[in-house]
Amino acid sequence: MSILVVAEHDNATVKGATLNTIAAAQKIGGEITLLVAGQGCADAAAAAAKIAGVAKVLVADNTAYAHQLAENIGLLVAELGKGYQYVLTPATSNGKNFMPRVAALLDVGQISEIIEVVSPDTFKRPIYAGNIIATVQSSDTIKVITVRTTGFDPVAAEGGSAAIEAVAVAKDAGVSSFVKEELAKSDRPELTAANIVVSGGRGMQNGDNFKLLYTLADKLGAAVGASRAAVDAGFVPNDMQVGQTGKIVAPDLYIAVGISGAIQHLAGMKDSKTIVAINKDPDAPIFQVADYGLVADLFEAVPELEKSI
Amino acid sequence: MKILVTVKRVVDYNVKVRPKSDGTGVDLNNVKMSINPFCEIAVEEAVRLKEKGIATEIVVVSVGDKSSQEQIRTALALGGDRGILVESGEELQPLAIAKLLKAVVDKEQPQLVILGKQSIDGDNNQTGQMLAALTGYAQGTFASELTVAGDKASVMREVDGGMQTLDLKLPLIVTTDLRLNEPRYASLPNIMKAKKKQLDVVTPADLGVDITGRVKTLKVEPPAERKAGIKVKTVAELVEKLKNEAKVI
Repeated sequence: MSILVVAEHDNATVKGATLNTIAAAQKIGGEITLLVAGQGCADAAAAAAKIAGVAKVLVADNTAYAHQLAENIGLLVAELGKGYQYVLTPATSNGKNFMPRVAALLDVGQISEIIEVVSPDTFKRPIYAGNIIATVQSSDTIKVITVRTTGFDPVAAEGGSAAIEAVAVAKDAGVSSFVKEELAKSDRPELTAANIVVSGGRGMQNGDNFKLLYTLADKLGAAVGASRAAVDAGFVPNDMQVGQTGKIVAPDLYIAVGISGAIQHLAGMKDSKTIVAINKDPDAPIFQVADYGLVADLFEAVPELEKSI
Repeated sequence: MKILVTVKRVVDYNVKVRPKSDGTGVDLNNVKMSINPFCEIAVEEAVRLKEKGIATEIVVVSVGDKSSQEQIRTALALGGDRGILVESGEELQPLAIAKLLKAVVDKEQPQLVILGKQSIDGDNNQTGQMLAALTGYAQGTFASELTVAGDKASVMREVDGGMQTLDLKLPLIVTTDLRLNEPRYASLPNIMKAKKKQLDVVTPADLGVDITGRVKTLKVEPPAERKAGIKVKTVAELVEKLKNEAKVI
């Protein structure tokens, strides 16, 4: 079996989501080639070559791939993908953006957000906000798959020594151009990679009160997330949203503060190992998934929790 | 400028769905159906573009069985001008739907197609991107702001780390994220008027599209249930449990 994994990277480093995706590729079994497409991405390619389990690294270094524009990356991956039986990428916002283009160009279906490899042609994936798990089988000759990273433990970032090969394919569809990017800067761990996540909901009442959660998170070395209600109310930016349409997280510890627990939110965090809920409403649905529930006023409980750890 | 906007009939987002007892599918008996929330946002965006004088006609398209006419009528009540139903009783996969939409795009020649980024039943998040690839058009996915000017559009997109802005050439495919707009409700007079608007029904065969899917659903099941947890009485008890029982801090 030959598997092409499209790496998630920022030209300098390879993102952790790539490691989970390689783990999924290993479950399928076969020789794994990792594609690093970007501009000035030699450092990312060098890091990619060290990842355990990677046989070969392909580097497509071209201005057309500088900002991962879906039109250009789609053409590149579809062209390269013809030579493989599988094309995989993490189900990040970037992977979700370009991968269906690849599938359409190859005239095959895409299997989105797999959480388990049952056999080389059969996979499990959540539907209906994770309320249903579907087992699907693909008879396509090239299987195009996005991987939900929380479903697979990452492979080691070190230990491999893959050969690096340059790819001279330059594909520029000429229909899109990058203008700007406003990325949140934070010293805290990335939401999807953190071992501990502290999240706030509508119960936080305003954006200022999120400081309580930032203080707690910094003591725990945690990332801070939010429910859709908190984002829609303008308390915090959208990149903090955990849920069906936001980020999917599965940390060792998830602390939900002032979050009622709509199914769309649960879809984003219910695979966490330990869930703590702090809410003053004893009937909040979040308590149905929490390992430890504390019915309390968050404005008293959170500072107290912060002081006692 | 003509805009094509798509709507999908899905289980209402407030309904908690269950698998059928034999695991062959999701139990849709007597379940409330609605327009997919992301499609509602797509319709609203199209209507706003018409109100701004940028769009001249809004064509609402749905792919689904006969009952999807209901969702098209709702979109027409919200401001769509006419509807097209590509009628198929089969459960279609995103690639087949994208091919059907491509055939409609070829015929209608819109400058802008607005779709929801995903439907809340299959959660695939594929159709818009696939349509863009099949037509060769640019795509602005997960849009939270759309500005059309001349033969270009600027799209601000929700990405993992924050926001990204792209300049995209028309014709263009846009998929909506949650914060693009807040959809309006249809007024009763508009609902009445929508009943008289033109709604054409075509079949996949009429469009000459092969809708065979190569991804088969073998079974559906509920996710593993989490064990019921406990309520702690104090913060001190919580900290003790996290340290000694869960061993996570």
